[in-house]
Amino acid sequence: MGAFLENTRIVRHADAGPGYRTLVLEAPRLSAALSPGQFVHVRVPGLEASALRRPFSVFFAGEGRVELLYKVVGRGTAALATAAEGDTVDVLGPLGHGFPETCRGTPLLVGGGYGVAPLHFLAARMVQSSPAAHPILFLGGRTRDDLLALDRFAALGVEVRLATNDGSAGSKGFVTDPLDDALIEHRSKGMPFELFTCGPDGLLKAVAQRAVGTGMPGWISMDRHMVCGVGACFACIQRVKGPDGRPFNARCCVNGPVFAANDIIWDS
Amino acid sequence: MRTPLTTASGTFGYGTEYAAALDYSCLGAVTVKGIRMSPWPGNGMPRHAEVPGGLVNAIGLQGPGIDDFLAYHLPHYVDVVGSDLPMIVNIWGGSIDEYAAVAARLSDAGAPVAAIEVNVSCPNVKAGGHTFGHDPAVLAQVVKAVRAATALPLIVKLAPNVPDIVPYVRACEDGGADAIALINTIPAMVIDIERRRPVLANRTGGLSGRAVHPVAVKLVHDAYRATTLPILGMGGVYEAADAIELMLAGATAIAVGTATFTDPATAERVLGGIVEYCTRHGFSSACELTGALDG
Ligand SMILES: Cc1cc2nc3c(=O)[nH]c(=O)nc-3n(C[C@H](O)[C@H](O)[C@H](O)COP(=O)(O)OP(=O)(O)OC[C@H]3O[C@@H](n4cnc5c(N)ncnc54)[C@H](O)[C@@H]3O)c2cc1C
Ligand SMILES: Cc1cc2nc3c(=O)[nH]c(=O)nc-3n(C[C@H](O)[C@H](O)[C@H](O)COP(=O)(O)O)c2cc1C
Ligand code: FES
Repeated sequence: MGAFLENTRIVRHADAGPGYRTLVLEAPRLSAALSPGQFVHVRVPGLEASALRRPFSVFFAGEGRVELLYKVVGRGTAALATAAEGDTVDVLGPLGHGFPETCRGTPLLVGGGYGVAPLHFLAARMVQSSPAAHPILFLGGRTRDDLLALDRFAALGVEVRLATNDGSAGSKGFVTDPLDDALIEHRSKGMPFELFTCGPDGLLKAVAQRAVGTGMPGWISMDRHMVCGVGACFACIQRVKGPDGRPFNARCCVNGPVFAANDIIWDS
Repeated sequence: MRTPLTTASGTFGYGTEYAAALDYSCLGAVTVKGIRMSPWPGNGMPRHAEVPGGLVNAIGLQGPGIDDFLAYHLPHYVDVVGSDLPMIVNIWGGSIDEYAAVAARLSDAGAPVAAIEVNVSCPNVKAGGHTFGHDPAVLAQVVKAVRAATALPLIVKLAPNVPDIVPYVRACEDGGADAIALINTIPAMVIDIERRRPVLANRTGGLSGRAVHPVAVKLVHDAYRATTLPILGMGGVYEAADAIELMLAGATAIAVGTATFTDPATAERVLGGIVEYCTRHGFSSACELTGALDG
């Protein structure tokens, strides 16, 4: 479906940890149209005059609502953070090519920071559509403050394995440590799995390497600066292998943001 | 054109991307992203920087090349938009021959391809990277070569960063252009002071958006006084008032560019506002606004 504009209304806007906010929008059309891994392009209330839209993954969509989980990092997100319940927000979506709808084997979800947002929507859909799926979430951050939405994953019944750099929650170190343990376990038992990830580039690359190294499917959600969000401006490029095997500059907003691990050509 | 509005090249993809976000009935034509003979990868990332009042971009004219454009993008436009809404194809090249070759290929395309817009703000490889549009003599050669290659209406899009626009307007007239378009982006640079590096991978880029609007008004005004060729005005059109200003300065038609990124429905609002203005000021049609400066 082509991207459309919906004039949404804020039904809830609350803190979700230090520096993080959840925004719940009443958005009947978008909530029915979005699938996991897709994103929306938000016209920031207060900056309507000329600021560009800001892209956000969908944390959850359903029951007439669209939820976003975001980190305040600059001018746009700071302005967004001051929007009040009842305010209207102009949202463009659904955008992008999301995660695949089906998965062979255990879905291993790997998130860092706000990258957990699309993984939550994915887990919710997986649990709903195939109760036998049993996704596992691996979540990492610098400290426990960066581990977001744990209550929401608990409510879905999703198993969560944590890692923090300072050891304040889960194992001390990187999220790839508990992930590697799970990969070893799966491979030793001959159990298939697929990797799904969103987060900082370093994490994406580490997960993509593991997908390629184990020969299992990996689905990588790339975060690239965007302008139009619909494929019209070519601002959001990621170098990937095309269908014919030749490299090309893909637009993250339409060819992605989710790419197959095998296809991504990382900057050296 | 059924309305005086089109889209600015490079801000509206190949015409289909905004099909569900904008009511295309407000457009008289769609102008698509610049095309050359062969596929072109464009610049490195980052390719844009947001600045107060606009955007600095250095996309680097990434595009599929004329073969893929004709084989894929054009039929897709017909599927999604139809053949009734005319398409203006923006072209560029690394040599004068390339401009002519792209124009020749487009001549045979048929509907909806209705006109060619020639972007002369790209580097002339043979002339050490100077742009074609910064030497009136070279500009006239480009226009002549394209004119000889096609019978399609020819719009020549000029760069704003020249001391006097009139010699460039003359070059368009001499070369056989049917119209001129003003303005392209203005060369600009943004520095990340924390990292002490240019923000754009290309180091420099082109400024567009609200900030360039008064520059566009001035250049359209200067060009209008110098020529009878119709002028396609653009640069920072966000509201109807911006479009009306360009028309009063001398534009016959208007392109909406960067504003679409923030509000894809900008053209709808702009058209509504022009109609309202005409009614309020007793103009029977928007055509009467062109150059209607009282003083
Ligand atoms: C597909 C996608 C999904 C995203 N999902 C989320 C999410 O769920 N939660 C969340 O908190 N953030 C998400 N982001 C990142 C978010 O868009 C940026 O943090 C936000 O745009 C920053 O805006 P700002 O004005 O606060 O920051 P500034 O740094 O002031 O922004 C300045 C400019 O840079 C652009 N920009 C800056 N950082 C980014 C970035 N990382 N990605 C894209 N553009 C950027 C802005 O659009 C703007 O043009 C996502 C980005 C993409 C591309
Ligand atoms: C992202 C972007 C890409 C552009 N690409 C092209 C292009 O391919 N060819 C061209 O002639 N102009 C291009 N332009 C210039 C616009 O068509 C227009 O002349 C300019 O942006 C001023 O109008 P605006 O302020 O309304 O955007 C581009 C502008 C932007 C912002
Ligand atoms: S953001 Fe414009 S093409 Fe992706």
